Amino acid sequence: MLEKYREERGALIPLLQGAQEIYGYLPGAAMERIARTLRLPAAQVYGVATFYAQFHFTPRGRHVIRVCLGTACHVRGGARIFEALRRQLGVEDGGTTADLRYTLESVACIGACGLAPVIMIDDDTHGRLTPESLPGILARYE
Amino acid sequence: MKSLMDPCCQRCAHRPETPCREYLRCRTEGPLCHDDEQCRKARQGRIEAVEGAAQAQRPTQNQINESPCWRLLVCAGTGCIASGGAPVVAALREAVEQRGMSSQVEIALTGCHGFCEQGPIIVVEPGKTFYRRVSAADALDIVDTHLAGGQRVDRLLYRLPGGEAVTCYPEIPFYARQHRIVLANCGHINPEDLGEYLARQGYRGFLKALAMERAAVIAEVKRSGLRGRGGAGFLTGQKWEFTAGAPGEEKYIVCNADEGDPGAFMDRSVLEGDPHAVLEGMLVAGYAIGAREGYIYVRAEYPLAIRRLQRAIAQAEACGLLGENILHSGFSFRVHVKAGAGAFVCGEETALLTSIEGNRGMPRVRPPYPAVKGLWGKPTNINNVETFANIPHILRRGADWYAAMGVGRSKGSKVFALTGKVNNTGLVEVPMGLSLREIIFAIGGGIQGGKAFKAVQIGGPSGGCLPESLLDTPVDYETLLEAGAMVGSGGLVVMDESTCMVDIARYFLNFTQQESCGKCAPCREGTKRMLEILTRITEGKGREEDLGALEKLAAVIKATSLCGLGQSAPNPVLTTLRYFRDEYEAHINDQRCPAGLCAALLTYRIDADKCRGCTLCARHCPVGCITGKPREAYVIDETRCVKCGVCLERCKFGAVIRR
Ligand SMILES: Cc1cc2nc3c(=O)[nH]c(=O)nc-3n(C[C@H](O)[C@H](O)[C@H](O)COP(=O)(O)O)c2cc1C
Ligand code: FES
Ligand code: FES
Repeated sequence: MLEKYREERGALIPLLQGAQEIYGYLPGAAMERIARTLRLPAAQVYGVATFYAQFHFTPRGRHVIRVCLGTACHVRGGARIFEALRRQLGVEDGGTTADLRYTLESVACIGACGLAPVIMIDDDTHGRLTPESLPGILARYE
Repeated sequence: MKSLMDPCCQRCAHRPETPCREYLRCRTEGPLCHDDEQCRKARQGRIEAVEGAAQAQRPTQNQINESPCWRLLVCAGTGCIASGGAPVVAALREAVEQRGMSSQVEIALTGCHGFCEQGPIIVVEPGKTFYRRVSAADALDIVDTHLAGGQRVDRLLYRLPGGEAVTCYPEIPFYARQHRIVLANCGHINPEDLGEYLARQGYRGFLKALAMERAAVIAEVKRSGLRGRGGAGFLTGQKWEFTAGAPGEEKYIVCNADEGDPGAFMDRSVLEGDPHAVLEGMLVAGYAIGAREGYIYVRAEYPLAIRRLQRAIAQAEACGLLGENILHSGFSFRVHVKAGAGAFVCGEETALLTSIEGNRGMPRVRPPYPAVKGLWGKPTNINNVETFANIPHILRRGADWYAAMGVGRSKGSKVFALTGKVNNTGLVEVPMGLSLREIIFAIGGGIQGGKAFKAVQIGGPSGGCLPESLLDTPVDYETLLEAGAMVGSGGLVVMDESTCMVDIARYFLNFTQQESCGKCAPCREGTKRMLEILTRITEGKGREEDLGALEKLAAVIKATSLCGLGQSAPNPVLTTLRYFRDEYEAHINDQRCPAGLCAALLTYRIDADKCRGCTLCARHCPVGCITGKPREAYVIDETRCVKCGVCLERCKFGAVIRR
C-alpha cells in the first residue's frame, strides 16, 4: 500500500485511512512509517490524523456503534437512544467495552434522517429506534 | 442484450479505444453502425422498459422476448436497506425463480425514492404501483397476485390518512405536488447500469455542450439562472466564467459531496441513485472551463455513495465517456473520488481543497478565491452535487426552460430533506418559491400525532428557525435571508410543541463549537461562550443579562470570523431569540421549560389517585427510583430520578405528572 501511494499527491489521508482499515486504529508505529515514506515530519502526520473525527488511536471494539445526534434525530429523541446505549454498555462517548465487543460513538448525521432516530452498527443502518428495540439489535452483533 | 451498453450483436462496432461522436445515438436510436431491424427493436424495447412510460397495463413489446414484461423497481437506497430491504430482494428473486417467471420479470435495484419513511419500497412497472413497507414474506404474494394474477396486493399499498388506498405512486400526495428534475431518475433507474441512464436521455446534455463553443456553454448556464445548491447560492455560470478566465493551463473541477449538514441527505441520494448525472455535470463543467481533471470529495460516512460513484466512473471510462479524447472530440477528462475523513468544516470550499491535498482541513482567507488559486494553487471550480446534477437538464432542455421555473432571482427547483416531526419525511423537490406551508402540510402531510406546529429549522447550523407566522414565506434565497434563515443545503427540520427552542439553539451551538477548526478566535472562543450561556439557561441558571450578551457575542462572531462556519454559527441563536424570545424568558425568569423538555427544569411525580399500582413504571425505570407495592400507589424518589421520562411513556393511566 505504501508503494502505491509513494508518488501520489495528497496521499496522506488515503494512507491513514488504509492503515486504519488494516489495524482497526492508528498505532503510532504505522503513522511513523507513513511519515517516513511520504518524507513528512511525524508531527504533520499526527496533526492531520488528530484533526479528523474518523481516526482513532486506541484499539476499538469488534463492532462500532455510531449513534446519530444530528438535527432530525435530536428532534426525534436521538439523545435518549444514546443515553440508553451509554447505560447499557457502561461506556462514555468514544469508549470501548472491556470485552472489546462494542465501541460507542456519537456522530453528527448518518444521512438516513427520514428514519430518525438512527444508529449505524459497522456498515448497517438501523432506523425508527426506541430504547426498547436496542437490546435485540445489539444481540445480533457478537 | 441486458443493458443498452451491451453490443446488440457481433456487428456492433463501437470500441472505447475508437470513440465516435455517434456512439450515444447508436446505443439509443440505432444501431447506426449496421442495419438490422431486430437490433433496433431490442434497443427500443429496452428503452421503453426503463422509461416505464408504457401506459398500458401490459407492455406492448411482449414479442421481444429479450425484454422482460415486468420491471420490479426495488429501492436499494440507504433508508430502505436500513428498514430491511436486502432480504426483500433475495425473496423476490427466489419467488420469481420458483414460479418460473425469470424471463418475464426484471428486478432492478434503484436508488432512493425519497419516501424512505415508507421503506422498503417497491414500484411495479408498468402501472406505477407503489408498494410500501414490504417484507420478505410478501414476495410470493407480489409475484402470484400481481405479476401472475394481474391484481394489486391491497395491503401493501400506500394509504391516505382516511384509509383509502392509492395505487399509482404519482397520485400519492407526497409525490403529486413535487416537481422532480434532479430526482427524476432516483428510484426509477438502476444506478449501476449506465445503459439505464442513457435510456433516460443521459449524457445528451454533454453531447450538446460538446457541439457548442465553450463560452456558449457558460453563457447558457448563466442564462438559466442556476445558483449553487451548496448553501451560498452563488450564480453557477458566473463562477464557471471566473474559473475559465483565470490564467493558467491546468484547471480542476471539484464536486463538493461532503454534505456535513446534519439533517440533510439529498446529495447522498443523488450520488446513490443517479451518479452519472453528477459525472455528466462535471464533464460539462470540465469542457466549458477547460479542465482535464475532476475530484469528488465524498464523506466517508457514505460508503454506498462512494461505491456507486466508483462503479459509475469505471463504466463511463470503459465506454469512452471519461478519459482521453472523449467521443473523438479532443476533450479529455478524468475523475477521482476522495473520501473525506469526518470534519464538518471540510465542506467549506477552501478547507475541502486543503483536505484533498492531504492536510488538516482548515479554511483560509478568501480572496484569492479557488477560481483563481485552488487545488495545488491552480484555478479550481468547486460546485455542490445538486448543482452539477442540474447541469445536464439545463443543457438538454435549454436555459429558458429552466429559468421559467421558480421566482425572482431563484430559478429552477430545489431538493429539500424534510425531516423531524412531520408525517411524511423524505426528499422533496419543488420549484423555488413554493411556500413552507405547502411543503410541510401539503407534501409533508402535517405534523405527527396531530400535534401543533412550532417551528421549522432551515439551512442547518448556518440557518435559522422560523415560526408559524412565517409559514407562508416562499422558499427562495432572498426571502429566507430576510427572515433570518437561509436555503442552505436544503435541510428542513420540522418541530412541534414538544421541541424546546432554547435547547435547539444550544444543540446547534454545541455542533458548531465542536466542529470549529479552531483557527480563528471569534469562532473558537466566541461559540464556546455562547454555548456556556445557552447551557446555563437550559439548566435554569439563566440571568437577566444573558440575552443581551448572546446578541452581542453573535454580532461580533458574525462580523469577525474567518469562514462561513463562524460567520453563520450565531444564526440559529439569533432567529430563536427573534421569534421565540418568550421561551428564553420563561427559562430565565420562571425556571420553566414551556416545551417540557429541559430535564433540569422538570420534575416527575405520580398522582396517587390515578395510579393503579400496575408496576409498569417501576419495572421500566432505568435507575430503579420508583418504589411501591403492587396495586398501591407508587412513588418516585426525586433525588435519584434522572428525568428520562420512561415512566411517563409507560404509564397507561396518565398517572405520571411532568412539570
Ligand atoms: C462550514 C461550511 C460547510 C459547508 N459544507 C458544505 C457541504 O457539505 N456541501 C456543499 O456542497 N457545500 C458546503 N459548503 C459551501 C461550500 O463552501 C461552497 O460554497 C459550495 O460547495 C459551492 O458550491 P455551489 O456553488 O454549487 O453551491 C459549506 C460552507 C461552509 C462555510
Ligand atoms: S440527523 Fe440522524 S441521520 Fe440525519
Ligand atoms: S432509501 Fe428507499 S426511499 Fe429512500
